[in-house]
Amino acid sequence: MWDWYEFPAIGRTDLRDFKKAGDQAFLEFSRAYGESLENFFRPLLNFLVWFEKLLINSPWPVVMGIIALLVWLGSRSWQLVVGSLASLALIGYMGMWENTMYTLALVSVATLVCIIIGIPFGILMSKSDRIQAIVTPVLDFMQTVPAFVYLIPIILLLGLGKIPGLIAVCIYAIPPVVRLTNLGIRLVDKDVLEAADAFGASPRQKLWSVQMPLALPNIFAGVNQTIMMALAMVVVAALIGVRGLGMEVLKAVNNQYITLGFMNGLAIMAIAIVFDRVSQKFGKRLQKHSEVIHG
Amino acid sequence: MASQGIEIKDLYKIFGPHGEKYVEAVKNGMSKAELNEKHGHVLGLKDINISMPAGKIQVVMGLSGSGKSTLIRHINRLIDPTTGSVQYEDVDVCQMSDAELLNFRRHKTAMVFQKFALLPHRTVIQNTVYGLEIQGIDKAEAKKRAQRWIERVGLDGFEDHYPNQLSGGMQQRVGLARALTNDADILLMDEAFSALDPLIRTDMQSVLLDIQEELKKTIVFITHDLDEALRLGDRIAILRDGEVIQQGTGQEIVLHPADAYISDFVQEVNRGRVIAVETIMDKTPLQGDIKIEVKPDDRLETAAQAMSSQEENRANVRDNSGNLVGSLQLKDTISAMVTAVRH
Repeated sequence: MWDWYEFPAIGRTDLRDFKKAGDQAFLEFSRAYGESLENFFRPLLNFLVWFEKLLINSPWPVVMGIIALLVWLGSRSWQLVVGSLASLALIGYMGMWENTMYTLALVSVATLVCIIIGIPFGILMSKSDRIQAIVTPVLDFMQTVPAFVYLIPIILLLGLGKIPGLIAVCIYAIPPVVRLTNLGIRLVDKDVLEAADAFGASPRQKLWSVQMPLALPNIFAGVNQTIMMALAMVVVAALIGVRGLGMEVLKAVNNQYITLGFMNGLAIMAIAIVFDRVSQKFGKRLQKHSEVIHG
Repeated sequence: MASQGIEIKDLYKIFGPHGEKYVEAVKNGMSKAELNEKHGHVLGLKDINISMPAGKIQVVMGLSGSGKSTLIRHINRLIDPTTGSVQYEDVDVCQMSDAELLNFRRHKTAMVFQKFALLPHRTVIQNTVYGLEIQGIDKAEAKKRAQRWIERVGLDGFEDHYPNQLSGGMQQRVGLARALTNDADILLMDEAFSALDPLIRTDMQSVLLDIQEELKKTIVFITHDLDEALRLGDRIAILRDGEVIQQGTGQEIVLHPADAYISDFVQEVNRGRVIAVETIMDKTPLQGDIKIEVKPDDRLETAAQAMSSQEENRANVRDNSGNLVGSLQLKDTISAMVTAVRH
């Protein structure tokens, strides 16, 4: 008699063998390539460590001054400069300066990596429908699979530490910049592209003189989203040993320290808001040419 | 001055994945509708043969969907033909390699677009140097050349404005300056003035005629407006459903429309501004005291005005070398101005 209540699963023994085989295969892969992968990522690790040290070992007034300058250059808004300095001062006063510097370093380097890898991928996607068809599901995967799931193979391959943390953050944060670079280039007005063709622009000239400049506002929206998502991953990255505000949040969760949790959570939020406002204002300034419209 | 014209020969364009498969069928008389319904392909251009004269304005006229924009895009191969050739300086544009084509577009052609197609993120001057920038010409030199054309089209003072700070007419002046700065022999104008207000359009036509007087470029001008075609065109080709149904000078088309479709068009035209005195004059000059003299290539309107303002009803025609070549009666002039050939 066919059983309609229990789903015909493959059975315990087969399932166990299946999982075992999968794990075994990955372990072997990890043993064979783990070290070379680690070596491959070493320059990135060195850069991250150097940047962390730079932020932590510099006198705090210098760091605040440079941040104020960057905020001003990005946004040209005094309110934002004052706001960012005030939040930083409060963060420092509450004893979170060092952890904030770690987090800042991680998010900055992760964003940089995402931009360096993500924008060329976005450009490739925009050039070919086939590449778009291949990359889109990969991006969907990166955004929807729970971060903890891809943490497992990353830990197996690279162990605990900054680099696996950085990679996890990048996997989660890179899709927006890729998607919006692709979208931005595809949305460029066909008439303008035709004009560039008519004047004999080569594909490269077209990319740099027309497509990239006109896609820039969209690309920038992507970078903004990437930064936000990188910040959101800070706590998850703490799970595999990345120091910073996320680590404190994790400590607070494990020990039910309400105040500690909120303090560090709010510090992450403050950094996020500063990044967001500055990059949005900067993105708006890139579109200056479209502001004044003839009657 | 451009030394050679553009020869378009046996050009067919069938849109769709396997256009080349249906060329024979179309040659053997398959209709546009049949091609579309049975085979899912669209007939864009059929058997186009136009010889575009060097240093003159060739107008291609037709209503929307007639294939005129498709045709002009074959000259710089923004669209590839299904079969046929576009010859310029004894080279077939349709056979050029990618590199040759880029070179041809950079140095031999410039284009003005119906919707202006300016680069919105660049100022007027930055738009104007675009063609030269693509050619790799030194920035200072490019700016110098662009400045000359910016002034020529009446845009001085607006160099640092962005396109969307300008009115449509001004934007198209930028489009024109950008094309002229390229200093190419061939100027392709795709409904360049169609998006402009009537007054501004007339204004821009004058600017173009003025510039052409000086430059003598080979201009291909696309329009759906017969008045514009007659005003600008040294030669006119009329397109319908992807086929040339008549070509010739404006006068030939107005006087001898090839079919009912064209005569419908031509009905509304101010014939006095199109027909030349020599077309209707009597080959024998009048003797005696004739006060009015006109030239053979004067338009009837001018001649009629000259006669009626002096209350005369006849005139002699004297050519540029000073010989009397014929005569004109006011009543013949008026009747030629008002009677249209009917089909």
